[in-house]
Amino acid sequence: MTETSISTKGSNWGYAPSPESADHFKLKDQYGLFIGGKFVPAGSGKRFATINPANEKTLAQIADAGEKDVDKAVKAARIAYEKVWRKMPGRERGKYLYRIARIIQERARELAVVESMDGGKPIRESRDVDIPLAAAHFFYHAGWADKLGYAFPGRSANPIGVAGQIIPWNFPLLMVAWKVAPALACGNTVVLKPAETTPLTALLFAEICQEAGLPDGVFNCITGAGSTGAALVNHPGLDKVAFTGSTDVGKAIQKSLAGRSTKLTLELGGKAANIIFEDAAIDQAVEGIINGIFFNQGHVCCAGSRLLVQESVEQEVVEKLKARMEHLIVGDPLDKNTDIGAINSKAQCERIRDYLKVGQDEGAELFQTKCSVPEKGYWVRPSFFTKVAQSHRIVQEEIFGPVLAIQSFRTLDEALEKANNTPYGLSGGVWTDKGAKIFKVTRGIKAGVIWANTFNKFDPSSPFGGYKESGYGREGGRHGLRPYVELS
Amino acid sequence: MSGIGGNMKSGRLDVLKTYKMLIGGSFVRSESGRALDVNAPGGKWLGHVCRASRKDFRNAVVAARKAASGWANTTAYLKGQILYRAAEMLEGRASNFREVLQSIGLSPAAAKTEVAQAIDLLVYYAGWADKYLQVFGSVNPVSSPYFNFSVTEPMGVVAYVAGEKRPLLDLVSGIAPIVAGGNTVITLSTGRAAVAAMELGEVLATSDFPHGVINLLCGLRDELVGQMATHMDVNALVTQGADARESAASREACALNLKRFFPREANSKGDEDPYRILDTVEIKTTWHPVGG
Amino acid sequence: MSSSLAISTKLNLQGHPVDEVGIRERVARLATRSIKKASKVEGLKLALSMVDLTTLEGADTPGKVRQLCTKAIHLHSGRKDLPMVAAVCVYPTMVRIAREALQGTPIQVAAVATAFPSGMNPLSVKLEDTRYAVAEGAHEIDMVISRGDFLRGDYGRVADEIEQVKEACGKAHLKVILETGELGTLDRVRLASDIAMQSGADFIKTSTGKIQPAATPEVVLVMLQAISDFYRKTGKRIGMKPAGGIANAKAALNLLIMVREVLGPAWLTPSLFRIGASKLPNDMLMQLEKERTGVYQGLDYFSND
Repeated sequence: MTETSISTKGSNWGYAPSPESADHFKLKDQYGLFIGGKFVPAGSGKRFATINPANEKTLAQIADAGEKDVDKAVKAARIAYEKVWRKMPGRERGKYLYRIARIIQERARELAVVESMDGGKPIRESRDVDIPLAAAHFFYHAGWADKLGYAFPGRSANPIGVAGQIIPWNFPLLMVAWKVAPALACGNTVVLKPAETTPLTALLFAEICQEAGLPDGVFNCITGAGSTGAALVNHPGLDKVAFTGSTDVGKAIQKSLAGRSTKLTLELGGKAANIIFEDAAIDQAVEGIINGIFFNQGHVCCAGSRLLVQESVEQEVVEKLKARMEHLIVGDPLDKNTDIGAINSKAQCERIRDYLKVGQDEGAELFQTKCSVPEKGYWVRPSFFTKVAQSHRIVQEEIFGPVLAIQSFRTLDEALEKANNTPYGLSGGVWTDKGAKIFKVTRGIKAGVIWANTFNKFDPSSPFGGYKESGYGREGGRHGLRPYVELS
Repeated sequence: MSGIGGNMKSGRLDVLKTYKMLIGGSFVRSESGRALDVNAPGGKWLGHVCRASRKDFRNAVVAARKAASGWANTTAYLKGQILYRAAEMLEGRASNFREVLQSIGLSPAAAKTEVAQAIDLLVYYAGWADKYLQVFGSVNPVSSPYFNFSVTEPMGVVAYVAGEKRPLLDLVSGIAPIVAGGNTVITLSTGRAAVAAMELGEVLATSDFPHGVINLLCGLRDELVGQMATHMDVNALVTQGADARESAASREACALNLKRFFPREANSKGDEDPYRILDTVEIKTTWHPVGG
Repeated sequence: MSSSLAISTKLNLQGHPVDEVGIRERVARLATRSIKKASKVEGLKLALSMVDLTTLEGADTPGKVRQLCTKAIHLHSGRKDLPMVAAVCVYPTMVRIAREALQGTPIQVAAVATAFPSGMNPLSVKLEDTRYAVAEGAHEIDMVISRGDFLRGDYGRVADEIEQVKEACGKAHLKVILETGELGTLDRVRLASDIAMQSGADFIKTSTGKIQPAATPEVVLVMLQAISDFYRKTGKRIGMKPAGGIANAKAALNLLIMVREVLGPAWLTPSLFRIGASKLPNDMLMQLEKERTGVYQGLDYFSND
């Protein structure tokens, strides 16, 4: 068949850059701490820069909270709790949260762009996933504020008091929503410390609280680094601490709270097994692997970082995975076509590269795609290891990057054994077309969230949290309210 | 209504409103062409409202049935957002509704309270849309190797007869739990309450409800309750303010297709009640083996 | 029939489950690709060159077909940089007219055959239909599978018919229309795709365009994955043609994105990918004009053949 004359050869057709516009809003040069409803500088005047990991440019100067600032914030939260928030009828509290949800929706694009600039995640993810979910969390929890009597049969639910919350850099605004929405809905007030490398959307959230008319001191935001977080956890004025981050820090927090009556919930690391059976819908399972470990650059506590594939389909899966990975675009987070953005920080990038070396030293075989990456900034191409053993560090330890470890199994029992052979227990995935098998496997995996024929799905009504060293307590759903109430 | 701002001030004559019923997303007059006078308590003529016929009710059921599967399959989150939008719209017209309620006989204080309560009730049920399943559903620990779970499912098309004592609130308190539960609804408002009902239609029509989810009729109770109770394509009937005679007759008529029947008191304390949602949903239990 | 028994044992139909929700999510994510500026212009021209410009009406006349062929050759006067479409698709009795009207151009003539669109005639009639169209000069034959036989589970018969039609095509290329809108589930779309490819299809095609739903992105994705697996197993590249319901330029570009990311750039050529449409080119032309001039266009300025 003769080819009709065309001006372009189809095999060369690619995607031109499609940058999201960032000119419809302006970031401030510097941001203060948000205490008692106002932005104030750190008492010491100290500041640090937050940078864009895609180009290493400074975005803004951020106040560095010291112990005195932490104290001010906790006191402001306490006053707001005693005088205003605990007395307010649930219905009215809920209305503030509805307002916040709506304003997040109104400022959605601005928030998405800032999220991508500050943290490195692709604009498509922040626009289509992070920001809408954040709004949804506030919508969902707003509705519980006056209905707590139905959430705890036989008991009366009351707020606990002042909650100190420390969140990570992988889903900055979404983590704000996961922590703040239930806390406020249940009548508590909050002092939040966002991650050092991603403070901006939390600060914009503080602005949104002002726009919503949230009473002063109900939400406070103290920016800073590890020492700020420690100062917060150690403050005697907290009734509750909630932490999402690494297992090591989580353990340290539990130790510092020993001897105090402060309630604690932890959402820590994971090394989830993503199990693919021979009777799975293979093409969709391959997409599930992509969603499980390369989505958000693998900076996901519940990432499917271990692939357990039934040996009979191992070759097919690996071949398809390679082909699929070659279409992943690594690049400018603000380009709408980018699939994998920048690694959040130089430190994290080095850590991941370290593991890539460790894996090879341990005898595993590395595959990386051939895509181009920009010159400036922090980047890792999507990668996987084959020829791995259960005892390898790259199989046991959380890498927190776009790096997958692939192992095979023969029987269902073997898959479960491998899946559970870890101190972690946050999440897991199972792919099979057979219903009964799904439920047998979901029953068998020792983790708090199991995805069957899908991966990395979140909803404000769906409880999330881990077993074992992945932490304790749940966030989202009716079960996620429990950590924020006192039952009598 | 000429009773509201109908004076000729500074040489300008107000445009009077025509009150129409909301059926299938459109504002229509009764196919019968009949109308009812509405008078203020003092006797002053306020205007006309439609006198719905049984054919209007029949048409409304067709519209409600058409919308039923789409609304049932709308995500709980979206249902909640739409109900919240209705609250936004009603809040935006709060002063208009206060005037309307006063014109039909409520004191300014009572009107203010009722409008505020109606708005807050929409917010209340918006918040239940994505939660009642977590309260009323269950996973059941059967003693055989099965995963067994019970979920709620909307009944389908529900007819609702509103009371007259609280013209706006009696209607909102009926509609909100019914649609939060995923059903579509046809309501009947009578007497002076019809005016508030038709105004509410304008609020609901601007709230992103798909056409046919909420249909508002007005007319004579005696003419229409029997139609609602006997219609074979209505799944449930909820009434408010019925006397014993009407309830008995309705219950008997509902037996024709085993329509679920719920007569309710007009009761302010009872308005915030998720069990009203439970009334108009079915429970479906599914079994699935757990094994290799 | 003994031959269909023999055929059915030749078929290699292993179960290939397809997860509908997973498919929908992949489709949605592919649709977020943003095609702008140069890649938009290139993509639109590429898509235009892949169009099978179609008229399949009971009311078709020689005049109507000639008009269509003129449009196929001259999509829009005033632009010298536009490709011609790949083919014109007509009923068998219009093939000769189309061949005459397209003489001297590289545009192919495709004919629907085998009792299109229903396929509800004996095989002998369907084969005669095919031979007639080929004799009249059709370069390509678009056949329909027997959906009734397929839904009954008589895959051997379905395969057998395709093989025989392929034989009747002679040198003409065969596109096999699955009529995905009648098949019910994506699993079945996958199965029909596999049967067609194993039975000699050069192209697999989604729909007749006579019913809804036609070429939804979901069935397209499933069929592209089937082609990919077939290529992995046999080394043979089969073409794909979505037809019907491709409403506008954005939908066309989404198709190209899917082909590129599921099958790879090698399939981005009219010899392996076609788009069956009638009104679509004007929307693509409007987009091209908008890119050239910077202003949004209206249909008044594009010929309506």
